[in-house]
Amino acid sequence: MEMSSNALALAPPRAIALPRSGRRRARRSVIPGFGLTMGLTLAWLSLIVLIPLSTVFVRSAGMGWTRFAEAAFAPRALAAYQISFATSLGAAAINAVFGLLTAWVLVRYDFAGRRIVNALVDLPFALPTAVAGIALTAIYASNGWIGGLLAPLGITLAYNPVGIMLAMIFVGLPFIVRSLEPVLEDFNAEVEEAARSLGARPVQVFVRVILPEILPALLTGFALAFARGLGEYGSVIFIAGNMPFKSEIAPLLIVTHLEQYDYAGASAIATVMLLAAFALLLVINLIQAWSRRRMER
Amino acid sequence: MIRLEGITKAYGDYPALKGLDLSVRDGEFLALLGPSGSGKTTLLRIIAGLAFPDAGRVLFNGEDVTDLQVAERKVGFVFQHYALFKHMTIADNVGFGLSVRARRERPGRAAIRARAHELLDLVQLGGLGERYPAQLSGGQRQRVALARALAVEPQLLLLDEPFGALDAKVRKTLRRWLRELHKQMGLTSIFVTHDQEEALELADRVVVMDQGRIEQIGSAEQVYMEPASAFVADFVGETCVLPGGVHVRPHDIEIVSDVGHPVVVGNVFRKGGMWRVEGALAGHDRLVEFDLESRLVPPGLGQTVYIRPRRMKIFEATERNAP
Repeated sequence: MEMSSNALALAPPRAIALPRSGRRRARRSVIPGFGLTMGLTLAWLSLIVLIPLSTVFVRSAGMGWTRFAEAAFAPRALAAYQISFATSLGAAAINAVFGLLTAWVLVRYDFAGRRIVNALVDLPFALPTAVAGIALTAIYASNGWIGGLLAPLGITLAYNPVGIMLAMIFVGLPFIVRSLEPVLEDFNAEVEEAARSLGARPVQVFVRVILPEILPALLTGFALAFARGLGEYGSVIFIAGNMPFKSEIAPLLIVTHLEQYDYAGASAIATVMLLAAFALLLVINLIQAWSRRRMER
Repeated sequence: MIRLEGITKAYGDYPALKGLDLSVRDGEFLALLGPSGSGKTTLLRIIAGLAFPDAGRVLFNGEDVTDLQVAERKVGFVFQHYALFKHMTIADNVGFGLSVRARRERPGRAAIRARAHELLDLVQLGGLGERYPAQLSGGQRQRVALARALAVEPQLLLLDEPFGALDAKVRKTLRRWLRELHKQMGLTSIFVTHDQEEALELADRVVVMDQGRIEQIGSAEQVYMEPASAFVADFVGETCVLPGGVHVRPHDIEIVSDVGHPVVVGNVFRKGGMWRVEGALAGHDRLVEFDLESRLVPPGLGQTVYIRPRRMKIFEATERNAP
């Protein structure tokens, strides 16, 4: 806070950052004006995101409502949506808890091997997902190291929705950790001490002081991990078992349709996935924006 | 009454506090004054229970609280950078200490709100309870932090450079106001500062610290007029060192016709209601400054004048500290 006011005092008046209300007024900046940057942004987004995605809609629009509904809302498709959304939400939720813990440990404690743990976190980003799927299956299947230990207890981790979640947790973890790290690093230790000096117990400090301040970042990480899980294909299909109505995810169903040259059916399912995912991400973003705004008012 | 006995604390190899003893009387307004690295903040944090000594004891009213956590000591702590909860309204910030109490000791929601608004009135921020910290100025935020600390009715108020982050004008107003509040509420308060003016203006007693030791404890008057060491003389108020370990305040120097230390005048300017003269002490590679009454005609630049201390302190071993 001091830093910024000092910076303002030292900077020539022209370079003073405008208050939020004046954001749209012209100001000096290294990046050329709003018109050009916005135009480029839209063009780029169109080329990379909008136009490819719109072909999905065009494809499915050509098939007529009845055929669309038949493909998109077939019982098998409905089951696949349910599995996909439930497992990716569940995986994102679990990641939120353990990702927060990981980020906390990485930021708060200095221990031997911290850098190695830090690098490990990014590994799911880099690893080909099929490799991850095969590795996870080898370990968690009932003849694997860990799966083998649990099998006698009647717990199976592979070839069911739990296995799907395992794969999604694996690919989603870095999103949570990397979204939270900078925020936790910025978190002022004095704020925590202030809460403790006022008599708050550790749990209260966490729930009432720390969590609300990192909530926007946690939601960002959650949304990213959720989106990643929803779109994940490569690692999931190895561990899922892929039984229709039980452990078949929507992306796999799309590929199944494609393999049968049923492009219309594939795009119908894709359309539903897209719309549902967009709606969910929008909701998460709105919550996130709301929680962030509370702090900046 | 608060007693500290033999407080020692090291951070790694760096000794922050070297066996301090200190007693604070009830109702006293005490300043811990020292340069950065003197250990004053560490000492305050040890009193609060935010840090723990390696050796020594902390006693509150005769009771040993050395091992108690900050939450159990019933102290109010005010941080230099306010440390407000950004996501809570001002009223919720102030009421926080009451709202985290165990269920059977916790006042009702309405009672907490009422208490928060009462305290906001006390710190002259009534009507701002529904705002958020980001909407307040620095001075207002520090008053919220103070109200928040007072809400739990602490027996002891601890302030770590409470005005350090504020600009000079706000700082002055807030200082006077804090002094009033301290008297009005009958608190025992300890504050840390590196600003000697602040310490002298606010505190009943000033504890001057340097390198993990207490150099002097006394009233503002004593510390200023009767410094116990060269360090205190140097750190509290302005001091010129003349040959022979003679420490003089700039306002205790007068110009004489010949029998004094010759000074070649380097700069003359107005300072408050006086002329401030800076010059080089002839024969010594040393700068001196002194004040002349404004009705006098100041010496010209480059002119040699003779000065003599009217009032001085001699610290023999301090030549090394000379500027």
